[in-house]
Amino acid sequence: MTADQATKIASITIHEPVIHKTPGGIHPPDNKQQSLQRGLGIAPLPEKLVLPLNQHSGAPATPIVAVGDTVLKGQKIAEPSGSVSAAVHAPTSGTVTAIGLHPVAHPSGMNAPCITIESDGKEQWCQRNPVSNFTSQSPQTLLASIRDAGIAGLGGAGFPSHIKLSAADNGQAIDTLIINATECEPYITADDQLMRSYPQQVVTGIQILAHILGQPQRILIGIEDNKPQACDALQPHLQSTGIQLAKFPTKYPSGGEKQLIQILTGKELPNGRLPADMGIVCQNIGTVHAIYRAIVEGTPLISRITTITGDACAEPQNLETLIGTPMRHLLEHCGYQAQAGQPVVMGGPMMGFALTDLDAPAIKTTNCLLAPSTAEMPPQPPAQPCIRCGLCAEACPANLLPQQLLWHAQARNHQRLQSHNLFDCIECGACAYVCPSHIPLVQHYRAAKAELRQAARERIKSDRARERFEYNKQRKQQAEAEKAAKREARRIAAEQAKATLAKTHAQQEQTPTEQASDVVQAALQQVAAKQASPEQQRAKLERSVNSAESRLQRLEKKLAEGQAESSDAPLSEEQVSGYQAQIESARLKLTETQQKLKEFNNGQQTNLEDKVTAKVLASPKQTADKKVASLQKRLTGIEEKLAACDDDDLRQALENSASKFRSKLQDAQQEASALAANSGNDKPVTDPATVAATQQALAANKQKAPLTPQQQVERLQQRMQKAEERLATLSDPVQIDALQTSLANLQQKLADAQRALENP
Amino acid sequence: MMHASQQPGSSPHTHTGRSTARVMQLVLLATLPGIAALVFYFGWGVLINLLLASLTAIVAEAAILKLRQKPVGFYLKDYSALVTAVLLAVALPPLAPWWLVVTGTLFAIVIAKHLYGGLGYNPFNPAMVGYVVLLISFPVEMTRWLTPATILDSGANLPGLSQSLALVFTSSPALDGLWDGISGATPLDLFKHNSGQLVEQFYQGEVLFSEGRWAGVGWEWVNLGFLAGGIFLLWQRIFTWHAPVAMLAMLLLLALIFHDGGSSHSLGSPALHLLSGATMLGAFFIVTDPVTSATSNFGRLIYGALIGLLVYIIRAWGSYPDAVAFAVLLANFAAPFVDYYTLPRSYGHERRRRATEQQE
Ligand code: SF4
Ligand code: SF4
Repeated sequence: MTADQATKIASITIHEPVIHKTPGGIHPPDNKQQSLQRGLGIAPLPEKLVLPLNQHSGAPATPIVAVGDTVLKGQKIAEPSGSVSAAVHAPTSGTVTAIGLHPVAHPSGMNAPCITIESDGKEQWCQRNPVSNFTSQSPQTLLASIRDAGIAGLGGAGFPSHIKLSAADNGQAIDTLIINATECEPYITADDQLMRSYPQQVVTGIQILAHILGQPQRILIGIEDNKPQACDALQPHLQSTGIQLAKFPTKYPSGGEKQLIQILTGKELPNGRLPADMGIVCQNIGTVHAIYRAIVEGTPLISRITTITGDACAEPQNLETLIGTPMRHLLEHCGYQAQAGQPVVMGGPMMGFALTDLDAPAIKTTNCLLAPSTAEMPPQPPAQPCIRCGLCAEACPANLLPQQLLWHAQARNHQRLQSHNLFDCIECGACAYVCPSHIPLVQHYRAAKAELRQAARERIKSDRARERFEYNKQRKQQAEAEKAAKREARRIAAEQAKATLAKTHAQQEQTPTEQASDVVQAALQQVAAKQASPEQQRAKLERSVNSAESRLQRLEKKLAEGQAESSDAPLSEEQVSGYQAQIESARLKLTETQQKLKEFNNGQQTNLEDKVTAKVLASPKQTADKKVASLQKRLTGIEEKLAACDDDDLRQALENSASKFRSKLQDAQQEASALAANSGNDKPVTDPATVAATQQALAANKQKAPLTPQQQVERLQQRMQKAEERLATLSDPVQIDALQTSLANLQQKLADAQRALENP
Repeated sequence: MMHASQQPGSSPHTHTGRSTARVMQLVLLATLPGIAALVFYFGWGVLINLLLASLTAIVAEAAILKLRQKPVGFYLKDYSALVTAVLLAVALPPLAPWWLVVTGTLFAIVIAKHLYGGLGYNPFNPAMVGYVVLLISFPVEMTRWLTPATILDSGANLPGLSQSLALVFTSSPALDGLWDGISGATPLDLFKHNSGQLVEQFYQGEVLFSEGRWAGVGWEWVNLGFLAGGIFLLWQRIFTWHAPVAMLAMLLLLALIFHDGGSSHSLGSPALHLLSGATMLGAFFIVTDPVTSATSNFGRLIYGALIGLLVYIIRAWGSYPDAVAFAVLLANFAAPFVDYYTLPRSYGHERRRRATEQQE
């Protein structure tokens, strides 16, 4: 091609977006007219709204309201936890009546944590902060608002939107913004209706995105040619915006992100990459509208347009639906008559799933409720053998060989499944749609994928076990040698200890009253020294809780990003299971540290005194025996943990402490047996003077214990300074994170202490 | 029409409504033009073959399904046994003895199909297995074709229904005389016996060719009939064009090369190769048998071309006049191998993989 031609073509693309051909695809009857007859309606306010904490891909949100709280419309009721998460807001004003498990829309028909709000019918808004001129805002501010508004992809997967949109902010150059208005699934018209009803808002929303992404060169609205009215509605608002309408022939599944990119750019998203890697960001048109509302109206994502359709509904229609509205409520509003044995499908007929419970609420991704009559979707006949007709391969948009995948899935041939790219299957269902033998192909693929994932997890486990075994063997040999040397050293030490102990005891017997308070002091110091100061100890525990938490969050974020369907750079199986294993161990660590902290907080009060009293009042032999027993107990505890644990780092740490305990135990045992041999010493301290002295000393100690506010403030300030110094030296982001969290904690405490100082 | 999925919750919830049974029915329908031509030129024998083979196939299929403890009605309704029977029957010489048809059909259904696991699992095309077994075991009966009705010697006629039945079910010497009047070679068979004449000269001397337009009286129309059926199936998207077009293109190419301008060494004109024998039947009804062919489109191109090549080699230099059945069976052998190297390049991948390859 000459340069001339090239520029010619380039200049053409500016006016008329080039549409590229994609392989496969099918043309099912689109059945869209039914729900477009009545225009956009509004679902009446239900008495109760149920808001699942996890309506998006990623970590569930954390409730910030309690049962009995009154909430205002638009008020945030759950915070995102971690970065791949989305906030939840009250769709109307009312009272929180429950926080707990409730049926949700999920293929498995499970129950999940939800916040239930009983509406008071007043629809009283909370304070909103509309932005009149978004161009005056920095992308970061806008991204924060989007995140705050709880916006997660309205198109299907529900991936938190601010993450995709931070691409430019993260330094990736974005030259193409694609707005997905394809809506290729039959029956669904929510986006079509949206464009017809709010064209100006949608266009402004796109401009907000463009602003956030640093004004990409090309902004395309990808739309199928079966929505002429929506195109007509948009067209006048696109004048001199630089936004182009890219119309292409209707074909399922053109709306898949990968397919849409191929249609509009002619390029395939390379395996394992994200669109942002190609300089592309894709957003669903519904999401764009939600972003418009969040920025320009200051309204969080509390409602969306949902298509209620199917012949079992007398009045199919698109409804402006509050998130959290029970599906039954929506269906009944559209004249739904249940038909025996007929499912209600959430989503479209190709990729949606049958609801098991109509009490499940509509969520951010509920674009359609399809209630087909029996005539519309009669039960599918039983599957016949595959005749390898190849119709499925013709239909596959990902260029796979569905019949071979089926064959290998049935044979559980994992190797072949992978070489036939099972994981590139987007589960669009085109193959099953055309299969003359009525084979539920997608179901087979889902099962096979799950099986492969499981196998990968197990492989990692067994690899680890092998490594561990080899490591252990090597370590044991080393330890043997070291032990022999240590044993010798310990024998000598024990002999010395025996001599000293005998001497001390002799002294004790002579002058018990004088000695007692000294003994108590010494013992107190000893215990205190061993425990470090309780505060230090707590601080240490808190630090480890924080670091465990942030590690967990980091991992979950990575996994969620990689797994999100919309991310389109799915992690490889190994990666996923690797992450999952890491997450599991991080979680384990977190609970462990949390448990420790809790125990510490509970036990701290009583521990010290009891320990001291018991220690002083016990005979040396009793003390030694107790020590052996306690060491043994702790050692068994560690060994149990060791057996249960499969994280390498954790194991190593555990093993280290186990061996420490083992040698301590040995020492203690030797001590005890030395004392037993010297049986004269084995006499509990019963002397009343000693007891009294002990108690006195304890009381004094108790008085000393609480610090004055002044001291607390000082101490906290010291600690903060130290922490800050340390922070300056750190480079590991995990540690920095953890330290920053604990710094924040310290700051909080300091503020508290200062307040206490001011108003005693 | 749409169908809800069998298991609620599993997408997709709709279906084209085209079933395997419907596919098979369309295939049966598409054989009609070819069959009509056969009946026109070769009479009742063709229909008797069809009937015998169909009955045998259905009975055998039902019996073996019962033995295999499968739901008989459910599987019979897929029509696949009937398709096998029809494809075998149209390949057999009309008025062949009844046991020939029955044996071939039994072999196709019982051995070639069900012993390998039934529909979808058989590596070899059952009809072609039946045909080849018969050809090897009963060469005389298998090569006794009839002279097309339009060029029978004056006074001779194709036998009527009762005479045909008698020829099929009895072998009394009294009927031998009848045979003499009607039997005749096929164009490919005839052409094989051309020794040293220019093609044009040879054609002049043989009524079968001199009365025909392109490739022998009757046979050209039979082939065109099957071609029409094939085009209908293509239009119905029952199969893709890849395998048949590759086969015909390869055959055409080789015929063009070795036709040698009609010299005395000619191995046959392109028209002869494309429009006689079982070429079109093979290309559109046998080569397209999805079960036994290669899987991907690219694989099917190779598979089809391979069959075209083998057909030509055996026809030109082998000892059998026609070769579709042998060629198809040999290519069936090769199909898994072809599959191995022809996985399509999936979306987002840089190149196609080998079937056993793990990562790129
Ligand atoms: S469409 Fe169905 S029968 Fe045909 S090859 Fe694919 S899986 Fe087999
Ligand atoms: S479900 Fe998977 S295999 Fe089937 S057509 Fe879609 S991408 Fe291809």
